[in-house]
Amino acid sequence: MASMRDIKRRKSSIQSTQQITKAMKLVSTVKLQKAKSHAEQTDPYFNYMYHTVSSMLAKSGNINHPYLTGGDSTKKAVVVITSNRGLAGGYNSNIVKLITGNEDLKKEDLEIYAVGGKGVEGLSRRGYHIVSDDSAIMEAPSYPDAAALCKKVLDSFAKGEIGEIYLAYTHFKNTVSHEPKLIRLLPVDIKAQEETDEASNVLMNYEPNEEEALDMIIPKYVTSLFYGALVEAVASENGARMQAMDSATSNAEDMISDLSLKYNRARQGSITQELTEIIAGANAIE
Amino acid sequence: MADNMFKVEIITPDRVFYTGDADMIEFNTVQGQIGVYRNHIPLTTVLEPGLVTIHEGDVQKVAAVHAGFAEILNDRVTLLAEVAEWPEEIDVARAEAAKERAEQRLISKNAELDIKRAEFALHKALTRISAAEYR
Repeated sequence: MASMRDIKRRKSSIQSTQQITKAMKLVSTVKLQKAKSHAEQTDPYFNYMYHTVSSMLAKSGNINHPYLTGGDSTKKAVVVITSNRGLAGGYNSNIVKLITGNEDLKKEDLEIYAVGGKGVEGLSRRGYHIVSDDSAIMEAPSYPDAAALCKKVLDSFAKGEIGEIYLAYTHFKNTVSHEPKLIRLLPVDIKAQEETDEASNVLMNYEPNEEEALDMIIPKYVTSLFYGALVEAVASENGARMQAMDSATSNAEDMISDLSLKYNRARQGSITQELTEIIAGANAIE
Repeated sequence: MADNMFKVEIITPDRVFYTGDADMIEFNTVQGQIGVYRNHIPLTTVLEPGLVTIHEGDVQKVAAVHAGFAEILNDRVTLLAEVAEWPEEIDVARAEAAKERAEQRLISKNAELDIKRAEFALHKALTRISAAEYR
């Protein structure tokens, strides 16, 4: 049986850890509220953008544009959005697993555009090729940041260095459920677009013309997806951390009560032993 | 809603900037200024930095809009703008500074890409300054 002193030391160490996890939970709760309302505000833009591009593509199936057909290169770019800080449960490792576990994405074909330090660590350790690391964006994602990232990726797409663009991020469903997602951005998935069709019988005109409009709108579409993903990822990160810290706090609680019990038992045991010794000593003198 | 009114929405990545009814809206596209009434033909067009004027009866609302595109349907106009600002929100001093910087860059003449960007920046700054006059 461990001594009273050991148990006491262990208990106080767990108590101070619990205080930290409790504080972290409170901090991420506040951050989550902020990130959540931010995510809700970006939603209309993102939805409308998606809707417009969908209906545009649904009606213009025969346009031969690289954004729709894909590049010649077999290289695939994946924009990986993770967090800079850990202690968020499975948040980061889920994203990494999403990429390592996908059989269509072969390691040698991938070019990783990482946002978030944990993704960089996880993927470079497994031998993935990291092209760029924009982890600073994660601190406070803004639309210009997303636009800069988008420009970088689309430039290499335009140069033919990459043939397809994917985006891996954590979708924020609600406060308690977040889902790691991998979506293909370019070439645009026309099959998925056909579902959203209500106003498609309106004959739409394009200015300057369809192809040029597409040329200008698709980058904005990609940027808005990046931005939406960044904002959702921040919300998911804080949600995941809040949950992780919540369970850490309650685990600490369990351990503390367990240790308190052991401590009291040990204390009682030592008192009993001392008494027995005294009585035995007294008996011996008589 | 009266017969000649239609719905206007201006949406930016960070917020729903404006939503309401109008009987005419003017804005700047890559092909030039256009004014839209109800029952316009369906049109999707790309925006240039410029002023958006929303006419609602006798009331006029002006805002500065930079980059994005517009979708016009017969009873609805939606502007998806990367940046949109009311005149009250514009920092004139900053816009003036941006204008000077852009002009400097245009005078110094570097690579092709730089000129395009500087022109765009100048355009944006000028839009902001002219929008601020509507305060």
